[in-house]
This record gives sequence, C-alpha cells and structure tokens, in this order.
Amino acid sequence: MHNKTIAELSQGLRNKEYSSLELTQAFLDRIRRHDPRLNCFVTVTEEAALAQAKAADAQIAAGRAGPLTGVPIAQKDIFCTQGIRTSCGSRMLDNFIAPYDATVVARFNQAGAVMLGKLNMDEFAMGSSNETSYYGPVKNPWDVTTVPGGSSGGSASSVAARLAPGATGTDTGGSIRQPASFCGITGLKPTYGLVSRYGMIAFASSLDQGGPMARTAEDCAQMLQAMAGFDERDSTSVNRPVPNYGAGLSDSLEGFRIGLPKEFFDEGLDPTIAKLIDEAIAEYRKLGAEVKKVSLPNMDLSAPAYYVVAPAECSSNLARFDGVRFGYRCKDPKDLHDLYMRSRGEGFGAEVKRRILIGTYVLSAGYYDAYYLKAQKIRRLISDDFKQAFQEVDVIMGPTSPSVAFRFGEKTADPIAMYLSDIYTIAVNLAGLPGMSIPVGFSNNLPVGMQIIGNYFTEGRLLNVAHRYQQATDWHRQAPKDFA
Amino acid sequence: MSLDAEEINKIAWLARLAIDADKVDAYARDLSGILGFVEQMSAVDTGSVAPMAHPMDQAQRLREDSVTETDQRELFQAHAPLVEAGLYLVPKVIE
Repeated sequence: MHNKTIAELSQGLRNKEYSSLELTQAFLDRIRRHDPRLNCFVTVTEEAALAQAKAADAQIAAGRAGPLTGVPIAQKDIFCTQGIRTSCGSRMLDNFIAPYDATVVARFNQAGAVMLGKLNMDEFAMGSSNETSYYGPVKNPWDVTTVPGGSSGGSASSVAARLAPGATGTDTGGSIRQPASFCGITGLKPTYGLVSRYGMIAFASSLDQGGPMARTAEDCAQMLQAMAGFDERDSTSVNRPVPNYGAGLSDSLEGFRIGLPKEFFDEGLDPTIAKLIDEAIAEYRKLGAEVKKVSLPNMDLSAPAYYVVAPAECSSNLARFDGVRFGYRCKDPKDLHDLYMRSRGEGFGAEVKRRILIGTYVLSAGYYDAYYLKAQKIRRLISDDFKQAFQEVDVIMGPTSPSVAFRFGEKTADPIAMYLSDIYTIAVNLAGLPGMSIPVGFSNNLPVGMQIIGNYFTEGRLLNVAHRYQQATDWHRQAPKDFA
Repeated sequence: MSLDAEEINKIAWLARLAIDADKVDAYARDLSGILGFVEQMSAVDTGSVAPMAHPMDQAQRLREDSVTETDQRELFQAHAPLVEAGLYLVPKVIE
C-alpha cells in the first residue's frame, strides 16, 4: 500500500479494498520501523490518527467520501495543531501545545484526511539542510549520509521513504522545492497569498507560503485543492476563486512555450544536472512544447536581497518569543532584561540567532534605507524581470538547486555556501510567483529536481505541465531501495 | 562592511538576545561575511524604482470594527511559563 499515490489510495478506499484504519495502521507501522533511521517525525500522533481514520471509514461507508477522506498525510511542524505540540524545530517551542489549528490543518481535517504526525524541519524554517533542527537532522532516504534539504526536510524525506503519501511544507526561499529536489519528490510552492498563513509560524511574512509535497503532480493538485483559498484571518490572503486543479492535468502542451533563462545555466551548475535538465526539456519538445531562451538579468541580486528581507522580517516576527507568554523561559532570571536575553539566547539555535542579529542590524536606526528599502526595490526589479519573461513564454524551467544532496557538515561552517544552495529558488519567493520541483533523473545515485516557474495564480498550468511529464517518464516512481 | 565584537554585542542587546562570549568573534565574522555578500545591491541604481512590499501590491485589508473573537485568556495563559490571577508574571521591574 505504501507505494501507492494519494490518487490510488483514495480510489482504493472508496472501492473498499482496505479501510482507512488499515491504511493508517500500515503507515504508522512503517514510521515505527523506518523513522529511527531517518528522524522525519518530531511527534507521531498515533491515537489521534486512528480516531480520524475511524471517522473517515464512517464517512466512506455513508458514501460521503471526498478525494482525501481517509488518506494519511503528515504536517510540517510549523503548522499549529490544536492540543498537539507544535515545535517549529526549536527548543523555544519544545513545550508548546498549540491552542488552535492552522487554517491549512483545519482544511485537511475538514477534507477528512488523517494526520500521521508532525514533521521535523530546520529551526523556524531557517536552513537548507535540516541541520539546524533542535531535534537533530533528518536523513535523506536515498543516502543517509546526505542531507534531505531544508527547511521542509522531514516532509520531503518522509514522502520519499514512503512513510507518508503526502506532506505539507512551507517555502520562504526554496524550502519546499529544494528538499523535494534532494529527495526526488514533487513539491509546489504556490503564489503568495493563495494558501493561508494563519497558524503557520511566521519566519518572513512577505515571502512565506505553504504548499503540498507528494510523489506526483496529480497528488499535489489534490492536496492544493484542500489547502488553497481565501482566509479572512490572514491579512495577506488573496480573495479570488480557487480553480479545480485536477481538471486540466492532462491538457495538451502543443504550442506551449517554455523559457530557459541563461542565468540558470551558469558556471555554478553541476554539469550532470545541466545534462538532465536538457533531457527533460527534450521530453517537453516531444510533448509539443516550444523552447525559447529568456533572460532574468537581475537574478544574481536575488540572494543578496533575500538575505536582507528574510532576516529583517525574521527579527521582527521572532520578537514575540520573549519567555513571558509562551515557549521557553530561562531558569532564575535576575531581572526582566535577563529574562528576555537568556530565554531567547538559550531557546534559539545558532542559525536563528545569526538571522535575528542580521535582521536587527539592517533594521536598526540609520540602516533601513540602505538595506531593507534597497532590498524591496531590488525585489521590484526581479519581479519586473519575470513579468518581461512571461510576455514571451508560459513557464520558465531550470534546475531547482545547483547540486544534488550534500553531506552532513559540508556547508555548516560557511553560512553563505549554505545560502547559495537556494540560488535558483529565492527569486521566485521575492517575486511571489508559484514554482514547482519535479524529479528528472539521478546524479551519483541522488535525485535531481527541475524547477518549473509560472506566472501568478497559474498553479493549475504548472501541475498540468508536471503531470504530462510524469505520464511520459517514470523518475517520480523511483523509490530509495532501503525504503521501497 | 565589517562588524567588530563591540558592534555584535550592541546588536545582540537591541535584539535582547544573549550570545556566549566565546562565540562573539564567530558571529562578527559570519555577519561581516553576510553583509559583504548583500553589499552587491548597492552597485545597482534604484533611484526610480518603487519598493515592493507585496507581490500583487495588495494593501492590508480592513475589516468591520466589530467583535469577532471571544475571550480565551485562560486557554492562552495555560501556555505561559508563569501566571497568577490572569496576569503574566515577570521579575520585579519597579522598586
């Protein structure tokens, strides 16, 4: 059962080939057996999952099943879950039992999905390798000596290892797409404002966006259908109708225009990855697509602008963790300042501290214009580059990451080297566009992902483009041999 | 842009973030590196560019000025490290 996709499991449930209880038990058994090697889960919610499965079976028996009814999924531990610890991968929230559900969680519950548990992640989603988690790093199931990517590393690894058929992720600078690429799965970062951020612990509010991670584009479509839509509780949620993401999955790509930005194929890209992207593009030509060269001239400014905007917003957002109202509090504070300083100093890990310090510096008196405002202007230039490109092409394609999964410790000593593993994904967040990563082959037995970037609110088209490729190829069906 | 230990301590104070004394130099080195990296932005002329706060240039939505949330003080304070009689407790501030 564990090798089936969400679409197949949904069909099996409705055909009564197995019950949701059996299915849920099967995944819980796999988690128990395999997760000690991978460390994907911070919390396994076995009891709640079995109760949800029983309720789903009753819905199915009553003929009231939707496409996700009874299907097990797992939530990144950044989404608040009422009555269940929501740690955000941090010592700061190790004791935090969320008092309410994130909108994303509530919508999956409403759709009848079963939650298996909460997934490990880089602390407060700040990291590209899952090495910053308070709960220890997640391992990549393709090679447990390599990182799964980050920050949604638990999500990517659990889906690739068949511990869950689908998982949620969040993406601020590549945190869905890069781990999807490293673990050989399919991940979608939606347009900014499409998926509610309510109850999704904030890192950089103008960039953060939740999205689905699964093995196929078809499954991502199913999950996105449940997640997307206006939420009055998120002040940046965009109010517009949600299309049926499954409807156009098989649409023809005849005459479809793909843009390849020259900036994505520079000397920093691993040649084996470049070759695999070429082969994937060749497959798209066979499907009827036209390929054009485009340019995103301000691409090289995206990482510098991001490492101002993201830390600045992080330092503001994380000011709420003060040791007073919730979360970690230091022992025996001698005065109020000591309480703030030590609760935060002891509660946050090294990378979070680094980003709070950078953010505090760039927002401090006299520096705002030179850093934050400047970065917001660069954001406009990057966004204009994409606008220009989308006048000529329908989607942009390129690598998701310049390398395959790297080894633990390889980049931890040099923050900038770590930041550059998101070099191709960051611009998409700055512009607020939707982007996907799909598996397109292997380099040194490690998965390689291709990124597909679309114009605002064209998730349906991205999923269609990914789905057609997955119908013609079988990279997305490969399983890591120890977890097949 | 290069930051020294004194500046790191000042920023850490602004952020109300205790950092270990033996790590200050490492933070100074890392932060200087990151600031040097973002320095690339200053080479670009952005004189006529409008800053972008929201990808769709959407303004913050306003809502009716009406009560929508119920009082959940007890629920929320159940998560606080130290409360008494509905109040959050902190070390004494005023002598």
